[in-house]
Amino acid sequence: MSAPTAVGRGLLACSVCELVMRAPSGATQAICPRCGARIHSRKPHSLARTWALLISAAVLYLPANIEPVMITTSIFGAQRDTILSGVAYLWTSGSWPLAVLVFFASISVPLLKLLALAFLATSVQRRSTRRPLARTRLYRILEFIGRWSMLDVFVVMVLVALVNLQALANVQAARGVLWFGCVVVLTMLASMSFDPRLIWDAAGENDGRDARRT
Amino acid sequence: MNRPRLIACHECDLLQQQVDVALGDSAVCSRCGATLYTHRRDTVSRTTALMLAAAVFFVIGNAFPVVSMEIQGQRSNAMVWEGAWRLHQEGETLVGVLVFFTAFVFPLLQIVGSLAILIPLRLGLTPRYLVPAFRTVEEAKPWSMVEVFMLGVLVSLVKLAHMATVIPGIGMWAFFALIVTLAWASSALDPHEVWERLEIAEEDPTEASA
Repeated sequence: MSAPTAVGRGLLACSVCELVMRAPSGATQAICPRCGARIHSRKPHSLARTWALLISAAVLYLPANIEPVMITTSIFGAQRDTILSGVAYLWTSGSWPLAVLVFFASISVPLLKLLALAFLATSVQRRSTRRPLARTRLYRILEFIGRWSMLDVFVVMVLVALVNLQALANVQAARGVLWFGCVVVLTMLASMSFDPRLIWDAAGENDGRDARRT
Repeated sequence: MNRPRLIACHECDLLQQQVDVALGDSAVCSRCGATLYTHRRDTVSRTTALMLAAAVFFVIGNAFPVVSMEIQGQRSNAMVWEGAWRLHQEGETLVGVLVFFTAFVFPLLQIVGSLAILIPLRLGLTPRYLVPAFRTVEEAKPWSMVEVFMLGVLVSLVKLAHMATVIPGIGMWAFFALIVTLAWASSALDPHEVWERLEIAEEDPTEASA
């Protein structure tokens, strides 16, 4: 069963201002006459870009979690903190609601994003017809929660700025925070590169465009 | 605004006829449920007012320390650019750039950009820069992360509370107010209406304020 879509009717929809226009005969890209954005009937090379960014993020996910993100030196000695030990510290110091929150934002969300986007991209490549609505909703959730992973990068920044009392206490940033920041940015870019309309194309729900690969 | 028009869902590409919705209501895609557009009351005036308030809070938030800390009589303050600068000094320049852009540059762009578009539009003026400016502001939105930054401040406060006296500064209250006004402003904005006004203005400059 297929429904009328912009691409099936030879129309292009702008991704910025959402103007629907007639595509210049057979073209799949144009410049939006209203807002001037470059528009494509589908995000260009969506799956290839999504995979490239996802794999890069997955590779960096390991050092991001293994390497320390900051080093605290005080009169009691030096302490190296990873993302996980930061969560553990919050947990043992009794701030467990915050520990749960940071665990969710810093460890679960990036991992969930990696897995869920890989699942979505694979499902499109396999031309899955199963539950396109549920998969579109999954994508919507990913788009919404992705940015919250930046939390730990900001924590490091605030601690570095605040705790610089020479001999008494000093917090320094460590390499892990760079990998972690890269993971967040790469997963955000990956979910922006993924085109949820491909889910419906591949499921054969869209007219004039059955499971064409991009 | 009320002309019958087609809209293609940005999430599933379903082609639909635009319908008029009551104030405050949204039109959603009949197949995947994505929000297509929301009809806002006085979108230009309200968003302008909220963005003006946001501008004030942004200035205060960045002019005063967000948090201060005291250990044995020594005191230190933290502000956004200081954090970014110290990260750079410690060799993590990229991370410094990342936090500086997401907590300072993009929010600033969002506020100043919105005002530069909405104020002329409110006055019935449509200088040429409005279209590319509005496009830029819309595209930069996901990278403006003031609320994530503030949650980071809160987590840092809790972490430090065991080793030092931490004092929330004026900047912190201003940032909280900023988050609320920015969220409010983005829920007062109806980008579709702005685009349609800009389009009318391009076609016929005399109708701009209509």
